[in-house]
Amino acid sequence: MNTSLSWLKAYVPELDVTAQEFTDAMTLSGTKVEGYEALDADLEKIIIGQIVKIERHPDADKLIICQVNIGEGEPIQIVTGAPNVKEGNKVPVVVDGGRVAGGHDGKPTPGGVKIKKGKLRGIESNGMLCSIEELGSSREMYPEAPEYGIYIFPEDAEVGTDAIEALGLHDTVFEFEVTSNRVDCYSIVGLAREAAATFRKEFKPPVVEVKGSGDDVNNYISVEVQDEELCPRYCARVVKNIKLAPSPKWMQRRLASVGIRPINNLVDITNYVMEEFGQPMHAYDLDTIAGNKIVVRRAEKDEKFVTLDGQERTMDDSVLMICDGEKAVGIAGIMGGENSMITDNVQTMLFEAACFDGTNIRLSSKKVGLRTDASGKFEKGLDPNNAEAAINRACQLIEELGAGEVVDGMVDVYSKRKEPVRIPFEPERINALLGTEISKEEMLGYFKLIDLEYDESANEVIAPTFRHDLFRTADLAEEVARFFGYDNIPTTLPSGESAMGKLPFYLRVESVARDIAEFCGFSQGMTYSFESPKVFDKLLIPADAPERNAIVISNPLGEDFSIMRTVSLNGMLTSLATNYNRRNKNVRLYEMGNIYLPKSLPLTELPEERMQFTLGMYGDGDFFTMKGVVEEFLDKIGMKEKESYDPNAGKSFLHPGRQANIIYGGTVIGFMGEVHPTVAATYGIGDRAYVAVLDMPSIVEKATFDRKYEGIAKFPAVTRDISMVVPKNVLVGQIEDVIAVRGGKILESYELFDVYEGSQIKEGFKSVAYSIVFRAKDKTLEEAEITSAMKKILNGLQSLGAELRQ
Amino acid sequence: MKERLQKIKDEAIAKIKASESPEALNEVRVSVLGKKGELTALLKSMKDVAPEDRPAFGQLVNDARAEIEAAMEEAKSDMEKILLEKRLKEEVIDVTLPAKKNMAGHRHPNTIALEEVERIFVGMGYEVIEGPEIEYDLYNFEKLNIPANHPAKDEQDTFYINKEIVLRTQTSPVQARIMEKGNLPIRMISPGRVFRSDEVDATHSPSFHQIEGLIIDKNVTFADLKGTLDVFAKELFGAETKTKFRPHHFPFTEPSAEMDVSCFKCGGKGCRFCKGSGWIEILGCGMVHPHVLEMCGIDPDEYTGFAFGVGLERVALLKYEIDDMRLLYENDIRFLKQF
Repeated sequence: MNTSLSWLKAYVPELDVTAQEFTDAMTLSGTKVEGYEALDADLEKIIIGQIVKIERHPDADKLIICQVNIGEGEPIQIVTGAPNVKEGNKVPVVVDGGRVAGGHDGKPTPGGVKIKKGKLRGIESNGMLCSIEELGSSREMYPEAPEYGIYIFPEDAEVGTDAIEALGLHDTVFEFEVTSNRVDCYSIVGLAREAAATFRKEFKPPVVEVKGSGDDVNNYISVEVQDEELCPRYCARVVKNIKLAPSPKWMQRRLASVGIRPINNLVDITNYVMEEFGQPMHAYDLDTIAGNKIVVRRAEKDEKFVTLDGQERTMDDSVLMICDGEKAVGIAGIMGGENSMITDNVQTMLFEAACFDGTNIRLSSKKVGLRTDASGKFEKGLDPNNAEAAINRACQLIEELGAGEVVDGMVDVYSKRKEPVRIPFEPERINALLGTEISKEEMLGYFKLIDLEYDESANEVIAPTFRHDLFRTADLAEEVARFFGYDNIPTTLPSGESAMGKLPFYLRVESVARDIAEFCGFSQGMTYSFESPKVFDKLLIPADAPERNAIVISNPLGEDFSIMRTVSLNGMLTSLATNYNRRNKNVRLYEMGNIYLPKSLPLTELPEERMQFTLGMYGDGDFFTMKGVVEEFLDKIGMKEKESYDPNAGKSFLHPGRQANIIYGGTVIGFMGEVHPTVAATYGIGDRAYVAVLDMPSIVEKATFDRKYEGIAKFPAVTRDISMVVPKNVLVGQIEDVIAVRGGKILESYELFDVYEGSQIKEGFKSVAYSIVFRAKDKTLEEAEITSAMKKILNGLQSLGAELRQ
Repeated sequence: MKERLQKIKDEAIAKIKASESPEALNEVRVSVLGKKGELTALLKSMKDVAPEDRPAFGQLVNDARAEIEAAMEEAKSDMEKILLEKRLKEEVIDVTLPAKKNMAGHRHPNTIALEEVERIFVGMGYEVIEGPEIEYDLYNFEKLNIPANHPAKDEQDTFYINKEIVLRTQTSPVQARIMEKGNLPIRMISPGRVFRSDEVDATHSPSFHQIEGLIIDKNVTFADLKGTLDVFAKELFGAETKTKFRPHHFPFTEPSAEMDVSCFKCGGKGCRFCKGSGWIEILGCGMVHPHVLEMCGIDPDEYTGFAFGVGLERVALLKYEIDDMRLLYENDIRFLKQF
């Protein structure tokens, strides 16, 4: 919402503040000023001059030499190329040392253009005659300006006076951010009320009076509202003997200042009242209205209608139409019809000021695909009581501008009158909510500023109907706070019992995961939760795999963001590829993010959101580096049992020979592996890449931060090394299972120190060597105990097909 | 005998003094003090000494032995000193050669900002509670005073799964969930991912993070809200930070406010960073709307509370002077390494 300072001052005449003061104070009282623009910021030393003599330039066909009377002293000489000036014209003249807002190209120049005296083709020129564009505006806003050339003032303009003043450009336009609850502030009167209250100045809204010219509106029109839910009020007045003409300059200037292009007196009046009162209106040529009758009804399904912009539009049966005795003449609250629009031949006009259901207008506007200034106002939900004031204001302006004769009376269909809301006045509760000690009288003073009445006998505050945001004490508290000043409210800390702040256990586990990942060289990435359904193909996930049961967003930003991820890898692989593509070496990333698993599709209840700890890397390191990170993490969160790895993880997107499910305590807690070369190629990662995905909910179940000291061994350890040859397909994990189970109580640890396949080993076998450590807590082990344990281990290994190497 | 003893001692000490290496010293030790050494031999010839002189002679031998050992100890220590000095001289390194780093990874700026905020509020007694990212319309809107067809539903550009289920547009639904549980008083913050239908550009992302804060107790005031968030701002942006509260509108708070902090680049004088205003908008807040309390089964006559919501990316972008939001989701290692 834009408003010029001069227009606001029309209703708050005593307002005398700088633009910055206005901005700051209004923002602090709740009407946020987003910014402002001084229309004369780049205009300097520009006065009204009169051309007294024009001569041809001796050396340039397109230039002329003007002698210009600027009020004092001798006329000054100015050379111009403008084709439209004549002797006697009064024009804006920028003199030596002045500034204009734009160049000859008609585009504004930031900071303006400085004008100095100089010579044009050898002839002295002491200034410049200005076009409207050079003054920072446009023909749109100043329709009287010539299409090309110098702006020419009317004959009664006073030579030597300030041209900027005469054009109404000593003004500032404010841009307000009005919040959706303050519909009343989408009007200049509403903003002026807030400004008056903020600066404690008198608020003088326009006094609306219509003289009327006799006759009776009921002789011209009747109104039938078939859907009172969607149209709570419909006001109609008639103006006859229309005289179309340009509106007066003051009205044009005000409209121009807020960016509305002046057209003619009728259009300008409706626009003016829409800005001033916040009430959109529509004007119909009454002679096109069949049966002297307006019917407000819902459209038929697929009803076609041509709006006044000449476009045919299709309705559905929730769209409200304005019709006459035979046909539709407008889409309610959105746009009138071509068939009833005001033309140059208009004789009699029907003014409509109605109140339509905001939600319906908003939805209709979407369905019809047409959003207008009017629908933008209506959809906020307007005060039906404002419609009458607005239509009368428009008729008043018709009379003042001599645009026609207003017929007496108003047709008003208004069955359920909107009554003001009464709110019990509880000053102590207001103070308790704000933490203040504001007196009752002071509060009532604030209410008065913004036209809230106080009914002393009932001890109630009466909120006018234009304030549809006030219902209860908390709302009044905000009004008090606004005018008491948010910055005057003290700052305290909550007095309640102090509590223990805490992080839940699972978040502590996640935090350790981040620490360990970073310790191991992984940096944290973040990727989107939604992705393309094509991801499944990219990851070679089979057509019938459960991962493909993803939740679909009904209104996504595009197919690429249309499903909620069920596997966390796409983001990781995309990020690795981004890095690879940018030639970053040795990249290690991790992400902590949810996947979304529907319990059933289509979704009827919330899906399961499972936090996935995803690690990915390329460059230095291999499968076992990644495995190290996983185990380091599990160790740090108290998962001290030995993990096992099942190579039959069945992950389509991983190298079939280099993948594993990670198993802890019999449960799969994640998987890891080398990215399948086909998948890596699809993503554009030209290096072996490794990933691990840990399912955090499964891990959190098993994690603990409890620790127990187990003592430091006092008795010596005995180490036995064994070396064996086993069939290639025997996993080291299987060998370790045998050692772990058969080593018995005295087994302390074991460590693989060699795996070898090659020339000295027979085909189909590999050599594996372990160092096994035995120790008892309570004594020095005897040889016999060790021998017995070793024997058990060796027997077990033989059943795996191992042959001991001596 | 005595002369022999004196001679052995003198010669030994002379040899010790002449020794230049630990090996030479050791030779002296073996040749004099060793099993077959001269002094040992002398001691063995004790039988030739008159029995009454033996104690005195023994004493002499022992003294001589002690003297030799002392000389040897001294020589050894001197020699070690010289050797050490020599070694230290040889071992001089160029300390400006590159460091051998562990190459630790880096935390995402969002997480760093989040942990900062969590630290501050956990310190003030707030519990961290998370809620679902895919949420019922009921919690995301209705229980927050945003009924069906409310324009805010459009304004927020919601991603819908279906009529009842949405990608949450804010972390505020966690407020409703926690209030509904009815364990009063409440002090919580709730960080998490939220989604809005914004096209990706330098200042927008369809997925970003918020941190919600909520306190419900008896006698909580707007002044408490101001005080709490003022402490927060000073902790997060520095002790000199000033705060400014401006009236605003949110459907689920009344009165509502937006909080600005004095620009931490220019200290409030006005710069390019704060667009010349000296202030930077940082969060939205307000007293929990009585109707929201009622909908969650809390009596607004007995309990009041305040709530606030901070955009995490906004804090991260401002604090670390990141000029393009897209960088946060690209995961270029050269970007991440800077945090």
